[in-house]
Amino acid sequence: MSLKEAENAIVEEFSMYDEWLDKYEYLIELGKSLTDFPESSKIDENLIKGCQSRVWLDYKIEDGRIVFNADSDAIITKGIISLLIGLYSGRTPQEILSSDFSVVEKIGLKENLSPTRANGLVSMIAKIREIAAKG
Amino acid sequence: MRACMMVMARIDEIRSLFPALSRKVYGKDLVYFDNAATSQRPQSVIDMWTRISTESNANIHRAVHRLADEATQAYEQARDAVRDFLNAESREEIVFTSGTTAAVNLVAFCFGEAFLKEGDEVVVTEAEHHSNIVPWQMMCRRKGAVLKVLPVDDSGHMMLEKLDGILSDRTRIMAVTHISNVLGLVNPVREIIEKCHSRNIPVLVDGAQGAVHCKVDVRDLDCDFYVFSGHKLYAATGIGVLYGKRKWLDEMPPYMGGGEMVGTVSFDHTTYAPLPMKFEAGTQNFASAATVKPAIELINLLNDNELIKNYDMIRDYLLDRLSSDRRISLYGVPRGTNDEKIPLFSFTVEGVHHEDLALILDKMGIAARSGQMCAEPLMDRFGVTGMLRVSLVPYNTMEEAEYFMKCLDKAINMLI
Repeated sequence: MSLKEAENAIVEEFSMYDEWLDKYEYLIELGKSLTDFPESSKIDENLIKGCQSRVWLDYKIEDGRIVFNADSDAIITKGIISLLIGLYSGRTPQEILSSDFSVVEKIGLKENLSPTRANGLVSMIAKIREIAAKG
Repeated sequence: MRACMMVMARIDEIRSLFPALSRKVYGKDLVYFDNAATSQRPQSVIDMWTRISTESNANIHRAVHRLADEATQAYEQARDAVRDFLNAESREEIVFTSGTTAAVNLVAFCFGEAFLKEGDEVVVTEAEHHSNIVPWQMMCRRKGAVLKVLPVDDSGHMMLEKLDGILSDRTRIMAVTHISNVLGLVNPVREIIEKCHSRNIPVLVDGAQGAVHCKVDVRDLDCDFYVFSGHKLYAATGIGVLYGKRKWLDEMPPYMGGGEMVGTVSFDHTTYAPLPMKFEAGTQNFASAATVKPAIELINLLNDNELIKNYDMIRDYLLDRLSSDRRISLYGVPRGTNDEKIPLFSFTVEGVHHEDLALILDKMGIAARSGQMCAEPLMDRFGVTGMLRVSLVPYNTMEEAEYFMKCLDKAINMLI
């Protein structure tokens, strides 16, 4: 699936839920699916600044593709970073940089988060882009 | 049952005074449980603010014209209302500030200038809000003084038995919260004041929560300073009160220089205005100050036996439900009677992040607070990164409390 297709699929998935509580439920499940983030990677360098809860994002490069891994101490935040990773992990830096990340607006994530959380989301995206630009 | 119906009608009546309480969030009735941060405003407060802004917007204490006179009167009537509310000896002991934080900063700075020397000591407690820690830390740094801390025990009670060992001949002032914004326990400030006074140490009481939930009589309590905010007490934001005994306020130098606080000014020498103006430099927030009077009138209206009984019942219900749930760790648990506790509950849930809980509760229409609540040392004391807090005032209902418990259970089950 191309990145564009994956983004559209998420938008469609989210549109199935009318209630925000259901969307949270979905994000919580996504959050729970994110495992195996080693304690040793929970270092300041991987910590995303600007989030109210703590979020760590680590990556490695395999065959020219960026493989992300992340963790958070809050499960909804973890769901959000999990959603982003699901989209952007295993992609080439060019693919990631070609995205406008409008998916988060299309699913209403940004406007439904409190300003502090929305800042956290912006920080997560900035970090992903920064890693892609380096890679 | 009949009495119960009557009290319900009374609460409905009280609630109808607060426009915000009838609003909906996400299509659900708002359940506002973040009163310890800011309480909602009654129409009388909104009307006063609007009246000053639309009819009497003029700088106070200066001009002779009609508008200035009206604004000045509203401002000074609010001061009189505060004097009555606190039972202070004189209106000169009531200084308006922008809030509790500004009042503590004023005392920490001015008292420090007047009375602190290198090597002196200042005592605070482990249960303090950052606003009653940082100004003293800054004062100590400026003066080369030492900050000492009275700890709390596992149930959140102040370890009074340690106070004698902490106070010394170098202690110049102690600052203590009447009710912690995290623990919701009414602290033994009277005993603390007695102990301190027996060694000639003055005491500042942070009444940000206390003024809302306790009947405060500063002369009976014999505190040297009592500070609180308007916006937690149903008034507008940007206004607070510093009560100070005249003997201290007289000795303290002014905080800020500028308009209003002067007697005569020349480039060689300036004299200062008498109390309380000496501490009210610059144009005051007179529109918000004026709202303190209707806010105090509302507090007096809420001071009704039936309402208090109902309010205590809600507190007992929440205390019982939260402390008997094995998934929940409650901080600030009464040791004696429940009357030690106000309906303010901070807790954590095993394996669940406080922020997730607050976020889900929000979508259920419940405004709760999550985080460190400006009390990082207290979070460290209990070994947590944050807590969830619900805080009620007499306009909250048993139905809301029951709905909250149902939602909390649902939220926990979603997250575990």
